[in-house]
Amino acid sequence: MARTIVCDGNEAAAWGVVLSRPDMVAVYPITPQSSLAEYISQFVADGIIQADLMDVEGEHSVLSVLQGACLAGARTFTASSGQGLAFMFEPYFRTPPLRLPIVMCIVTRDGITPQCVWGGQQDAMTVREAGWVHMYCETNQEILDTVIMAYKIAENREVMLPVNVNYDGNYLSYGVERVEIPDQEKVDAFLGEKNTNWHAALDPDRPMGVDPLTGGAGGLGPALFVRYRKGLCKGMQNALGVIAEVHKEWEKISGRSYAPLIEEYRLEDADYVIMTIGSMTGAGKDAVDAAREGGERVGLVKIKTFRPFPLQALCEALREVKAVGIVDRSVSFGWNAGPMYQEVISALYFLNKHIPAVSFIGGLAGADITVDHFSRVIEITSRAVQGEVPSGPIWVNEED
Amino acid sequence: MRHQARKPFDQSTIPNDLCPIATEYSVLRTGDWRAERPVVDRSKCVKCATCWLYCPTQCIVEKPTWFEADLEICKGCGVCAQECPHHAIIMVEELEG
Repeated sequence: MARTIVCDGNEAAAWGVVLSRPDMVAVYPITPQSSLAEYISQFVADGIIQADLMDVEGEHSVLSVLQGACLAGARTFTASSGQGLAFMFEPYFRTPPLRLPIVMCIVTRDGITPQCVWGGQQDAMTVREAGWVHMYCETNQEILDTVIMAYKIAENREVMLPVNVNYDGNYLSYGVERVEIPDQEKVDAFLGEKNTNWHAALDPDRPMGVDPLTGGAGGLGPALFVRYRKGLCKGMQNALGVIAEVHKEWEKISGRSYAPLIEEYRLEDADYVIMTIGSMTGAGKDAVDAAREGGERVGLVKIKTFRPFPLQALCEALREVKAVGIVDRSVSFGWNAGPMYQEVISALYFLNKHIPAVSFIGGLAGADITVDHFSRVIEITSRAVQGEVPSGPIWVNEED
Repeated sequence: MRHQARKPFDQSTIPNDLCPIATEYSVLRTGDWRAERPVVDRSKCVKCATCWLYCPTQCIVEKPTWFEADLEICKGCGVCAQECPHHAIIMVEELEG
């Protein structure tokens, strides 16, 4: 029987890892991920999880060790945050082109400097172009479920890509909720046989060179390099369909349904929408409900899967709206806007639509984005429908 | 001594756009990089295979009574000449290009 516990997001993630039965876990603790590393260490010590736990000297080694383990046939897990992720970047960028189905939680944290240990999505957003699948969770239950689903997505033969399960530091990592832990047998049947190294292996029975020098200005190298790049892009696009299928399959087993790519909330007859990502979404929905009661025709679109970018789904959701307000929890310094804002206005190009779009940036460095904040987001976006568009981003917590 | 090369892994079942693996040196002719070439004194070579073991490009080829580098691949790094316990290998400057 499934059992129900009360736990924070890091413990929920750890239970997702337990149920996915990895062979090897390597972690280096960093706030706000640390208690996840501690839960997993305790579970290994208590024999709840039969995985090798490798203590290494830093995040660069964490992911390098897992690459070797994955090539040797292991199902693997790790997690990091902020500066730890930054230190991991070199092997981080190598993992997707090697098509290694490693699953990693990014417990999101704002980027220094100023010195900061609190939530924000600057870390995950900064590495969005490295070729990992990025899924953002809204609740602790969704973290547990998404960790399990992540293995099924990553190890799909048409995908073969590493997956980041991202969730907000502080708000989810330490926030406590009711979480149902599904039966091991059900998860075993759902995940099936692990599938990690059929294509690239460190295996004496299948001698091959992995990651040979490829490129240069002549010979076969440059064309081969392009071929692998195109293959990675194809795997990413394949992931869109696989993510949707896996969510449907998990719903049948668990009874819990999540929007796999984007969630549409009260979009019927909406004149304009606000867009959210991660744990801020609940407050956004409450603000939308209140505005609807006041007669505003406003809806909400939440992005769960940011990589691959859900272009088609988003175009369909935004087809009829007259303005959109996008709330980011990180900054694109080069654009003077939020990263999600950039990408949403890029998507509008495919709709042949030039509608007002407003960039909102909030929740940096652990700040809360409250229902009141969202009410202001809705008000400003409603004025954008009439053509009143702010010239720069609105910094949601500027006057807190 | 075991034979130097096992049968290469058949990679035909793996999509060729998936990820960089190789069972032979087909992509990059690193011999183009060479400034010096290893020359083996066959009278000194005892086929101990030290050069074969140390070569970073694994380009050492087994011959009837000696080993030598495949010059298509050999980068001319000189590791084999340095490591040869019988001083059977010298590095000679490439004068023709």
